[in-house]
Amino acid sequence: MNLKDIAFLNLRRRKAKAAFLLAGLLIGVTTVVALMSLVETMREDITDKLDKFGANILIVPKTENLSLTYGGLSLGGVSFEMEEIYESQLEKISTIRNAANVAALGPVALGVVEINEKKVLLSGMDFEATRTLKPWWKIQGDMPEGDQVILGAEAALSLGLDVGDTFTASGRDLTVTGIIEATGSQDDQLIFTPLATAQSMLGMEGRVSMAEVAALCKDCPIEEMVRQISEIVPSGKVMGIQSVVKGRMETLAHFQRLTLGVSAVVILVGSLVVLVTMMGSVRERTREIGIFRAIGFRRSHIIRIVLLEAAIVSALAGLLGYIGGIGTTAAALPFFTESADIAVHFDPVLAGGAIIMSILLGLTASTYPALLAAKLDPNEALRAL
Amino acid sequence: MSYIKAENLVKHYGTGDGLVEAVRGISFEIEEGEFVAVMGESGSGKSTLLSMMGALNTPTEGNFLVDDIEIYNLSRDQRADFRREFLGFVFQSFNLIPYLTLAENVMLPLVTIKARSKTKKAMAEEALDRVGLGDMVDRLPSQISGGEQERVAVARAIVNNPPILLADEPTGNLDSKTSGDLMGLLKNLNAEGMTIIMVTHSEESARTARRILKIEDGYLTDEERLIGEAASVRSGKNPVAVDKSA
Repeated sequence: MNLKDIAFLNLRRRKAKAAFLLAGLLIGVTTVVALMSLVETMREDITDKLDKFGANILIVPKTENLSLTYGGLSLGGVSFEMEEIYESQLEKISTIRNAANVAALGPVALGVVEINEKKVLLSGMDFEATRTLKPWWKIQGDMPEGDQVILGAEAALSLGLDVGDTFTASGRDLTVTGIIEATGSQDDQLIFTPLATAQSMLGMEGRVSMAEVAALCKDCPIEEMVRQISEIVPSGKVMGIQSVVKGRMETLAHFQRLTLGVSAVVILVGSLVVLVTMMGSVRERTREIGIFRAIGFRRSHIIRIVLLEAAIVSALAGLLGYIGGIGTTAAALPFFTESADIAVHFDPVLAGGAIIMSILLGLTASTYPALLAAKLDPNEALRAL
Repeated sequence: MSYIKAENLVKHYGTGDGLVEAVRGISFEIEEGEFVAVMGESGSGKSTLLSMMGALNTPTEGNFLVDDIEIYNLSRDQRADFRREFLGFVFQSFNLIPYLTLAENVMLPLVTIKARSKTKKAMAEEALDRVGLGDMVDRLPSQISGGEQERVAVARAIVNNPPILLADEPTGNLDSKTSGDLMGLLKNLNAEGMTIIMVTHSEESARTARRILKIEDGYLTDEERLIGEAASVRSGKNPVAVDKSA
């Protein structure tokens, strides 16, 4: 038999007290784990959703002129003296330090073409990247390939074209494979074709008008990515769409602050529960501690017994609290998000953190009762002697 | 040089008007292997004296030496070690831990020593065997009688073979037959060489010892030496006590 056995046997004997202590810690750990995992899951969900909002970095040609458009209204000609962006420059984006954060890169070749005597803006795009950059597009029909196009809703109406129709522009016969449902944006007025087709029609081989980048910036500063891309594309002006980025960061920060605040309160309450329970336990065992001291236990032995008991219960509370917290999150998640595909998954860091936090909490809150127990005068404690 | 030596032990509790002079200057010597009874009425100071001998209660004045060790010059931890190495305690109210089996209770003084669990268990079983409870090792204190509990307390006190056994009213809660059995047990332990100091107010129990120290109002007032059936009585051995009471 050793000190650990005494701690175990005492807990087994005083089941109600141990259960109360366990419950106090368990509620605390469960709440903290539930909050943290809920916020983390929500954060992933929000980040995922925000990322679906499309591009958050734009690369446009450098120019010394100021823009003459506002709110979609153009007040000047297209007399820009601007530098050109080359596809070869864009390819190097895959070599920047934060390349792993680049979810999609969409080069765009823009130019005006005449269809049925109407001038229309033609946009050449990489439709693979478009899936990430414009996830809100709903296309009636198929994505275009080769000499095929899809039309914005207003453009289709204005040109009187439908899926399957063929028309001629810049001397090429193009077939409509799809129409984009109205988006409420400028896209409604454009026609879209694969990048190579547009470059050929507009005489822009190897060059693009602009590029859109969707950066997954949950863990990276967007300003840093802007800087890295600027170095790679010197002829381009690289801009982070600050409103999107800041919105993401602020949302996350609010959630984190809330979690920290509530966790601190819960931890404080949990500590008080442990403190009060352990104080009661020590008082209840005054005579027993006196016996231990009388038969040769040092003060450090008494401290170790009390702390061992706290550590055993705390470790169990940490483990059960993690399981309870994850369960609570899974049960509560449907009330916080409408995403059907979002799931709570095992997080070893959170699990380990919950157990360590619980043990630290239990030990910290039990330190004073343990010292109090060790300071008990064995003679006073025994009274009989 | 005596094995145990008390030099003018004084113990006061409280201060001012609330001052209680529990022990007022007691000196005595006990040889190795003696069986000494300390007798006195309730409140006479005998339990305070025993607690000072048990390294549990620091005297207000005076010295207490065991085997030439000045006990109250030791640190708290050293005193705990002293209690573990030198002393076995038998308490009046048994003081067994209710959630531990008899074997586990007896093993308690061995908990803090380095030994294999098997060895500790064997020592506990042997001690229980010596007090006649070898077949009850796995029982809880609540499952045995008061007399048996007192014997478990004795087993716990002797499990690590301490040279000194301190007993505080060991028969206080026992009937006369069980008391007789317990006294026989203590006598046997003394015959094996253990020094025993027993506080009691029972004349009958005290007669089991070889020497009786009588305490009254905090003073050592009388000493009686019992040799076999005969007894020699010396009164007023402690000059300090006699002087103060005069």
